[in-house]
Amino acid sequence: MNKRWFATPYLIWMVIFTIVPLFLIIFYAFTVKTDAGFVFSLEPFIRSLEPTYLKVIGRSVLLALISTIICLILGYPIAMILTSKAFSQKSIYLMLFVIPMWMNFLLRTYAWLTLLEKNGFINVFLRKIGLNPLNLLYTNQAVVLGMVYNFLPFMVLPIYSVLKKLDFSLIESAQDLGANSVEVFTKVIFPLSIPGVVSGITMVFMPAVTTFVISRLLGGGHFFLIGNLIEDQFLTAGNWHFGSALSVVLMLLIIISMLITSKYDTDKEGSVGLW
Amino acid sequence: MVSRFFQRAYLFLIFLFLYAPIGILIIFSFNNSKSRVNWSGFTLRWYKEMIQDPQILSALYYTLVIAVLAAIFATLIGTFAAMGIHNMRRWQRTIVMNLTNLPVLNPDIVTGISLMILFVFLSSRFRVLNPGFLTMLLAHITFNIPYVILSVLPKFKQLDKNLYEAALDLGATPWYAFFKVILPEISPGIVTGGLLAFTLSLDDFVISFFTTGTGVSNLSILIYSMARRGVNPKLNALSALLFVTTLALLLIVNARSSKDRTRKGKI
Repeated sequence: MNKRWFATPYLIWMVIFTIVPLFLIIFYAFTVKTDAGFVFSLEPFIRSLEPTYLKVIGRSVLLALISTIICLILGYPIAMILTSKAFSQKSIYLMLFVIPMWMNFLLRTYAWLTLLEKNGFINVFLRKIGLNPLNLLYTNQAVVLGMVYNFLPFMVLPIYSVLKKLDFSLIESAQDLGANSVEVFTKVIFPLSIPGVVSGITMVFMPAVTTFVISRLLGGGHFFLIGNLIEDQFLTAGNWHFGSALSVVLMLLIIISMLITSKYDTDKEGSVGLW
Repeated sequence: MVSRFFQRAYLFLIFLFLYAPIGILIIFSFNNSKSRVNWSGFTLRWYKEMIQDPQILSALYYTLVIAVLAAIFATLIGTFAAMGIHNMRRWQRTIVMNLTNLPVLNPDIVTGISLMILFVFLSSRFRVLNPGFLTMLLAHITFNIPYVILSVLPKFKQLDKNLYEAALDLGATPWYAFFKVILPEISPGIVTGGLLAFTLSLDDFVISFFTTGTGVSNLSILIYSMARRGVNPKLNALSALLFVTTLALLLIVNARSSKDRTRKGKI
């Protein structure tokens, strides 16, 4: 009995439902429809270079980058606190970070919608203490907030799993050799935690740059990220060629960011912390 | 001492940030008025309206049926695939594992639209697979299989090859040996993979959104269309219910995996 063949149904499945669909995207991205049928063309890609669309792509990258940086700044101290002696014994703290990750992310985003809207919780509170209500919803800041809220655990957990494995004697020997606490951090702890930081950055940046839900709910209809543009091309505008070209652009963005991060990822183990 | 205080305060603020929105949502699901701000008494009205809403009930039905079916099919195909992959030559295994990681790394929106193109192409050319229940199920099975493989494969690696051969030497048929020797060893991985597939399927929005047809929505799609129309107390009730359910599922999975760990510890 050659057990290798047990994988055959899976391979057939993958070819039909993963490989062929990806080729269909690439096919649509490099063609346009004419009376004679589909012909090869770079027009969909050229269109995505128009200023309007370049601006959307730029905004997606920018907002995702800002969210990633905020997550890193907020998340790194959390990971450090969780590994410190006072908290590492109690797994409940870590659990508290995992739980929101498992809640439906539409509901997490919806929760902020109810807080930020015109007559929402925050504005009513502001009015009660005598301040003017703010226009919170449908702004860039609201989208960034939604991203940070949804993806913060993705930053904390990989850094945590690397810091937890850190050899404490390294820190002690640095202290013995006269390093102050800033030097211990910049010369020992941070360099050793880079694999976790890198996978954290990847895990926040990728969903942030591809999202269309957060921007649709918190950014409003007039506000477009590349994800919204793709959704719109397939479901409303009906230009599949342009939509496919944008998807290829999105995949390229992901591949580029993965190449950049994999350069710094010397320790592959950092990327598995979640399971 | 001071730094301990700051650590606690910081952690407290972060947990407040993470849980306050969910908490407020849940509290106001019991509020006896449409207002999201003023408390006007406790009520279960929204829960009652929620369980009488035919749209929500049908979405719940599709969500559960698809999650169960997708988990079963993905677990079957994935487990056999893991067995096959485990017995492959090194170069074959490398290719197949890269293929397996592809949908995990690919953005959901790209997976979603690529499947949508496939299904629309098939239904317009060959009149099979009209977008709807079946296409959503196929899409869910597709994105679940890699996760099952990634949970089962490590169990095959831990497996002692000699056990299976010993069973054959002692007169077991290959199938009997599989059920009596291999299956009990890999079953924790299968159950974890199946549960993972089930939860991922329950939670999925993006891929479902692009692969479904008219009239078939799962809960995520319904939540999205309701949330786009603004705040709705029925949606708060639904959120609270889903949050509690997810929490319970997570606790079960966690209890399982920690049991698994202590068992390993004993050996």
